[in-house]
Amino acid sequence: MGNVILDVADLHIEFHDHDKPETVVEDFDLMLEEGEIVGIVGESGSGKSMSALAIAGLLKRHALTKKGRIMFNGTDLLTCSRKELRSYQGDEISMIFQEPMTSLNPVKKIGWQVEESLRIHHKDIDKKERKRRAIEMLTAVGMHDPEKLYEKYPHELSGGMRQRVMIAAAMIGEPRILIADEPTTALDVTIQAQIVELLRKMNREKGTAIIFISHDLSLIRQICKRVIVMQSGNIVETGYVEDIFRHPKMSYTRKLIAAIPQIDLS
Amino acid sequence: MRYILKKVLSMVLTLFVVSLCVFLAFSLIPGDPVTRMFGTEATPELIAQYREKLGFNDPLLVRYFRWFFAFLQGDMGTSYDYKMPVAGMLAEKIPITLTLAVMSFVIMVIISIPLGIYTAKYENGIIDHVISVINQIMMAVPPFFSGILLTFFFGVILKIFTPGGFVSYTKDLEGFLKYLILPAFAIALPKAAMATKLLRGSVIEEAGKDYTRTAYSRGNTTNAVLYLHVLKNAMIPVITFMGMALADMVAGSIVIEQVFGIPGVSRILLSSINNRDYPVVEAIIMGIAIMVLVINLLVDIIYRIIDPRIEVEE
Repeated sequence: MGNVILDVADLHIEFHDHDKPETVVEDFDLMLEEGEIVGIVGESGSGKSMSALAIAGLLKRHALTKKGRIMFNGTDLLTCSRKELRSYQGDEISMIFQEPMTSLNPVKKIGWQVEESLRIHHKDIDKKERKRRAIEMLTAVGMHDPEKLYEKYPHELSGGMRQRVMIAAAMIGEPRILIADEPTTALDVTIQAQIVELLRKMNREKGTAIIFISHDLSLIRQICKRVIVMQSGNIVETGYVEDIFRHPKMSYTRKLIAAIPQIDLS
Repeated sequence: MRYILKKVLSMVLTLFVVSLCVFLAFSLIPGDPVTRMFGTEATPELIAQYREKLGFNDPLLVRYFRWFFAFLQGDMGTSYDYKMPVAGMLAEKIPITLTLAVMSFVIMVIISIPLGIYTAKYENGIIDHVISVINQIMMAVPPFFSGILLTFFFGVILKIFTPGGFVSYTKDLEGFLKYLILPAFAIALPKAAMATKLLRGSVIEEAGKDYTRTAYSRGNTTNAVLYLHVLKNAMIPVITFMGMALADMVAGSIVIEQVFGIPGVSRILLSSINNRDYPVVEAIIMGIAIMVLVINLLVDIIYRIIDPRIEVEE
């Protein structure tokens, strides 16, 4: 067993924006080892994105309560100071989102956005070096003509290109954990495969551990070794992807597997 | 380039229409400059002689185009009243009015941007509510009245401002600017209140967008998210308002100049309207129209700088 870098235990998330509190995540546990890719799968509203946002420290402070612990680097991200949390965000823990079309700031240049975590967390790196690394990163995510791209704005790029830019921006600080929340859902299938391949490459080359969230079990199977299956805020099953595919214990998991379209070539 | 050319062409057209309107308006309202020139000493012969001399006997359109083409060549004519070239008369007054308008604009921007962001950040907090009430009051009080209040408070009670103590910029630039601060505030406050309110709403809307979540995920503080990411997006609707406000301030300073006894364009404008001193009125109104058009052009250019998406949609 490798080195555990993230240990989430008994995570509870409750919303209070209505009269009755609403539990969206209950008893969520996750152990993430250095350099591994873990999948979280479940339908919409199963609490997978909520858990991911909680780990990334991106849940809004009011109108909800969080219980449990999210241990990273010896600190509990749920109870630590805002300042300490920020020191990890974008540097040690990065996140990419489902909506590449809207996740980038429309009025800022690509280069500025890709470099942002370096600007925030590594003030010792000068402008020239920042640019060099941003261009290196844009090349690494497979963008052509990164010098030109550096000066462009998000609206000049397609959805797939924007998601690559998001990955470049998330990976520039060489984080230990990358949380990918349905990174391919908004993209078409060929682009989807490219993005998955790119994430695998990042994992291989930089050793970044990835939490890959998807509603698509076949996609999870392509990229993850271990998977957590969630349904209405609870973990219903967890284990190696191949085991779960062969011997799904829960009927919900069986349904998810059955939902994968099969192409009969015979 | 084509865009600028198109803009300039439409500006010239607008100026033409504005000047025609002013010319027609003055030919419709009662009152005759020649009669006013001589007052009680007017005799029919004298009037007829001057009417001929000033070209009043020509048809309206002929008079108009004569004036318009002269204006295009930079010749604004001679004041009937003061018997001196209009251009020279206005040259020393325009800097005063313009300085006042620009100062008001700067005050509006300096107040409204931090306040708009602050009230959006602490939406529905106590300070947000207090500022909202103050905003309502500021918007309701017209500048000439707040001008009187400011003069009373700073001039009569605190005695840090000398009412009527205007000094020309040619004599004492610092004293001149100091004197203009209060009138500039009087003009700026209602606009600042509106801009604050507008920016607050715009920031709240922008702060809910996905890119702010991305910004937080990179370790930005709330202030960094608001100032570095949200502000530029939120300014897009506010800039339109600020442009209109600046144009309005040029016109608004004419009223305030009366309240504070500032010898800007306003005195000449009022007296020349009373005396039917057409060349002066036309020149001032054309000046204001040109300023408004130039401001609009600037707003358009600033839009393009702030929002890179505009160019593509053209």
